[in-house]
Amino acid sequence: MIGLIGRKIGMSQVFDEHGVLTPVSVIQAGPCPVVQVKTEAKDGYNAVQVAFDLVRPTRANLPRLGHFRKANLPPYRNLQEFRVENPDEFKMGQLIDVSIFKDSAKLDVSGRTKGKGFQGVMKRHGFGGGRKTHGSHSHRIPGSIGMAAYPGKVFKGTKLPGQTGYDIKHIKNLKIVEVDTENNLILVKGAVPGARNTVLRLTATHV
Amino acid sequence: MNILDQISARQMKDSVPDFHVGDTVKIDVKVVEGKRERIQLFQGTVIQRKGGGIGETFTVRKISGGIGVERVFPLHSPNLAGIKVIRQGKVRRAKLFYLRDLKGKAARIKDKRDIRR
Repeated sequence: MIGLIGRKIGMSQVFDEHGVLTPVSVIQAGPCPVVQVKTEAKDGYNAVQVAFDLVRPTRANLPRLGHFRKANLPPYRNLQEFRVENPDEFKMGQLIDVSIFKDSAKLDVSGRTKGKGFQGVMKRHGFGGGRKTHGSHSHRIPGSIGMAAYPGKVFKGTKLPGQTGYDIKHIKNLKIVEVDTENNLILVKGAVPGARNTVLRLTATHV
Repeated sequence: MNILDQISARQMKDSVPDFHVGDTVKIDVKVVEGKRERIQLFQGTVIQRKGGGIGETFTVRKISGGIGVERVFPLHSPNLAGIKVIRQGKVRRAKLFYLRDLKGKAARIKDKRDIRR
């Protein structure tokens, strides 16, 4: 299904129909031009590539300029591809805006989360840690990470310290509170990944 | 004006009565019972105003049947039909949580003598 690329603006609150204050994320999405239409015959699968966020032509490299020139478009910063069943309905250069979500109740959002750097197990995996007092020296250490001479190794997937955040997370089933076609805004209930200005990939939740 | 301010601005009430911590206020609360909608009154002392913008709230305390009752209202809630200031109180704190430990005569608040406002 076709989707959009957007930018996280921030969070706010909205009164719903019952007068209950609802937390919402504000996303500015599109309008995204179609840059390339991929078809089963030519590319082996059906998809539509869309772009977001204009970049100055002097700042774009030649491969980027060339790719966009094929669609007769100025260069954009972000590209995303969405699998579609009917690629013939889309034309290169056609603009896709938030009105595609008008009839949807829920939205799936993907984006890169805030980076936290190299973190220990307490922050990264929610371990309990050791005792803080009574002569304890094991304050934030993970504890045992395995058995003995057999199996003689640390199992793959064991929760250990490491890079936390700055990975792509997919948030599903966010309720769409409002679609503002005039200002290209979407309000969804709850949080979406990343900080302000994070680029997000939006698709309507498959029902 | 940035986008977030615009979103909250269009939901905020145009005018909110000028009331402060320590004032006695009468709140008209819309209550939905089944299909019927009616107005419920809540009268008490404002003991806290908190937050800003669309998220601003205030807390009203009253003694109901010998038991202290506090309600927190979002200032811009559409369920608030009206706010009326009954008395202006003279207080020296921004938050009147000390009232929770007091009762009867000790829990009174002096009236503001300056009526110019």
